[in-house]
Amino acid sequence: MEKQVIGKNVEKIDALALATGQPVYADDIKLPNTLHIKFLYSPHANAIIEDIDTTEAEKLPGVHMVLTYKNTPQVYHTTAGQGWPEPSPYDTCMFNQHVRFVGDRVAAVAAESEEIATEALKLIKVKYNVLPAVFDPEEAMKEGAPIIHEENPQGTYDAKRNLVAHIEVKAGNVEKGFEEADVVVEHTFETQFAQHCPIETHATISYLDENGRIVIRSSTQVPFHVRRIVAQVLGIPVSQIRVIKPRIGGGFGSKQEIILEEVCAFVTMKTGRPARAVYTREEEFISSRTRHPMKITVKIGAKKDGRFTAIKMYALSNTGAYGTHGLTVASNTGSKTLPLYNKAPNVEFVADVVYTNLPVPGAYRGYGATQGYACLEQTVDMVAEKLGLDPIAIRKINHIRKGETSPIFEALGEGREGVVQYIESEAVDKLLELGAKEIGFYEKWGKKVRNGSKVRGVGMSLHMQGSGIPKIDMGSATIKLNEDGSVNVLYGGTDIGTGLDTVVAQIVGEVLGIDPKKVIVYPSDTDVTPFDKGAYASSGTFISGSAVYNTALKLRDQILEVAKDMFGEQDNKDYILKDGFVISPKSGKRVSLSEIAYDTFYVKKQKQIIAVGSFVSESSPPPFAAHFVEIEVDEETGVITPIKYAAAVDCGIVINPELTKGQIIGAIVNGIGYALTEEYKFGENGKVLNPNFMEYRIPSSRDIPEIVPILVETYEPTGPLGAKSVSEININGPIPAIGNALYDALGIRLGSSPYTPDKVLKALKENKDKEIF
Amino acid sequence: MKVHYKINGKDYEFDIHPGKVLLDILRENGFTEVKGNCYMGTCGACTVLINGTPKTSCTVLAAQVNGAEITTVKGLGDILNPHPLQKAFVEKGAVQCGYCTPGTILAAYALLKENSNPTDEDIKKAIDGNLCRCTGYVQQVEAIKYAITLLKEGK
Repeated sequence: MEKQVIGKNVEKIDALALATGQPVYADDIKLPNTLHIKFLYSPHANAIIEDIDTTEAEKLPGVHMVLTYKNTPQVYHTTAGQGWPEPSPYDTCMFNQHVRFVGDRVAAVAAESEEIATEALKLIKVKYNVLPAVFDPEEAMKEGAPIIHEENPQGTYDAKRNLVAHIEVKAGNVEKGFEEADVVVEHTFETQFAQHCPIETHATISYLDENGRIVIRSSTQVPFHVRRIVAQVLGIPVSQIRVIKPRIGGGFGSKQEIILEEVCAFVTMKTGRPARAVYTREEEFISSRTRHPMKITVKIGAKKDGRFTAIKMYALSNTGAYGTHGLTVASNTGSKTLPLYNKAPNVEFVADVVYTNLPVPGAYRGYGATQGYACLEQTVDMVAEKLGLDPIAIRKINHIRKGETSPIFEALGEGREGVVQYIESEAVDKLLELGAKEIGFYEKWGKKVRNGSKVRGVGMSLHMQGSGIPKIDMGSATIKLNEDGSVNVLYGGTDIGTGLDTVVAQIVGEVLGIDPKKVIVYPSDTDVTPFDKGAYASSGTFISGSAVYNTALKLRDQILEVAKDMFGEQDNKDYILKDGFVISPKSGKRVSLSEIAYDTFYVKKQKQIIAVGSFVSESSPPPFAAHFVEIEVDEETGVITPIKYAAAVDCGIVINPELTKGQIIGAIVNGIGYALTEEYKFGENGKVLNPNFMEYRIPSSRDIPEIVPILVETYEPTGPLGAKSVSEININGPIPAIGNALYDALGIRLGSSPYTPDKVLKALKENKDKEIF
Repeated sequence: MKVHYKINGKDYEFDIHPGKVLLDILRENGFTEVKGNCYMGTCGACTVLINGTPKTSCTVLAAQVNGAEITTVKGLGDILNPHPLQKAFVEKGAVQCGYCTPGTILAAYALLKENSNPTDEDIKKAIDGNLCRCTGYVQQVEAIKYAITLLKEGK
């Protein structure tokens, strides 16, 4: 069928408001009598608060409340905004007597101004019993290591060994697979702590509505989970809370957490006054969320012809002081990577997720897959080299194809068993071909073109992700028809800057045959819209979009029913919706949606044409991406400069090419930062030493190479109008692709990211030393 | 102390604490289109034009620029009458979360005032201090180039 609206570059519906500075973010409204909240953070990595004296702080004029573990609810919960029951342990209180990292919350002050609150923090006297701390997950698992969660939280695997989770999944027999192999390669790679760095930091405002209910306006990716978890923490019914998601200044996973909302709501509940908490950039680094660093070992066995006989992956994940997203991120490290190479009949994935006294990792775009691919995709190149195959050839032999499955899909889900799943859309060979062509891979690979001390290299990597969490993630929507043929869409989906609201307008426009400008989208407000799990797991277009699609189909049925009556016909099966009209092809009769709305509002059999629909998926169809990069590395300075980056991506049918390209390029640039510069530095006591953009370098406009996104459309039958996800997958490429390019250029493989100049120089020196001896 | 500014063409007088930075004074007085909270001048979201030059308002003491002419993104155009740069950012997919957009547009505006025919490198240099985590900058650069065309066509 001819596409009317999808596949077109419809302008992002909120873009003009944002470009003209409309007051649309959480902190852009100012309420009278607001109390400003500031936090006191632990200077110790592991300590018990023996005594805390807030008397002086409370006496300071303008201070209204000082919050500590003594006067706040001691309700153990998870800050992870996930579906219920959450797969993350209940190991966190709003404030706790035991502080577990430098940056853990000790107290908060609510005062008339930020200045007074900051001043009052200095007057709080705390006596700590400082305990030994542990920062290395391997050390943390050993007997005699400090036990970080002595309370044995509900949902942890073995708190005595600091183990939040232990995962073991097996298909076939890997040891047998390695025996049958002609070559076996094992490689270990470590990834680092990193931060999401949304340019808008976490911000929450809360207030009482006219009936005394708590309204929370927050920069969140998960409004409905915020409502549920704040209710849990405060011990009040969900009905007493309304969560409004305004426009969000980026999230990338960091805002899939409940970290300011419960504090603001508590202050509002206790004082009756509006409360406001906004993180500074430093707080964002120290006390919001980070990415789980992992040490991953991949072992692959292969036959001479390149076919894998076995893959084994072990991931050791550092989940910092709290276990939020610990289990599920580690699950995805295996589940979003290993099925890609389903030709290996023997597969094993083992992971340990370990508490340490470091800042808390959470959800971060890529969600474990990024870490998994960092190691897997370099190991695949190493296998290829041993077999004398090129990197593309070995992947073509082993990658999953349409109609195929992997035992891992069923064995490993997000924190529990997965679902059986067959690939219904896939174009990996084409992705590989187009990406290789764009970068000139075959012409450049192995050539090591030199210009003085600078050497060129090319590298590639292959990826899949998922689209939502099957059988768990639900989205829903309401759509109603107005007199001018426009519709209101009220849906729970959470556009955090990605353009989901625009995608939704296009989906509805396509189904109803109307201009997307006539689709008025109102997202995620817990009082107004039906439920949606929120923005995570690459679920926006796929889950929320499908919910809207299902709802639009129901509305369409109602419209066609009225049209049939108006036409005086018996059958509406072949009616067409186009340009705001319903057309009966047989009779040639036509009626506008506007006329239908007027008729049903005012004239005959009056009713509101309105539909409600939901969607939950039976599967999580993976998008695929082949990444290719050309780099230049300076042997004298060790600096790696990406020259050109090409990403061939299959995300199903593309609803909006411009928005899709934005998702691809943005993720690649974030990934390049992760590969080359972004890294937390810690002092000996576990303190973050570089919590600012001066010392934690994210890419700026001058750091980016030429980037070429290549969209390869497939049709995903389970997705809305054939679409799959695209938001996360492309962050997974830069570490392995650049790593492989570095090997191509200089013959060195670094054991960890980021690929800093000092690591490159050290590896070069070691290589030269080896040659000498 | 009292300070006077001309903001987006209108005169304002504010009574301020002398220790406060311009970003806070602007936001407290309703100019919430000015974003940011790094207070180190490193993210660029708080960029405004001070007497025509782009500055990070989080590192400028409000008292220091008493009497200045200040332009925020609303001074270029509003939702009913957007500036070609604003239109171009919308049309070219250069706005994702939008939080950095006002600052970036102002940096680009200052560039185009100085140089109506910038190279890609000139453009990248001009917005180098305006960090964006969503777009990866490619569509921003395209939008600025497109805005030059719009400006030349007088749109």
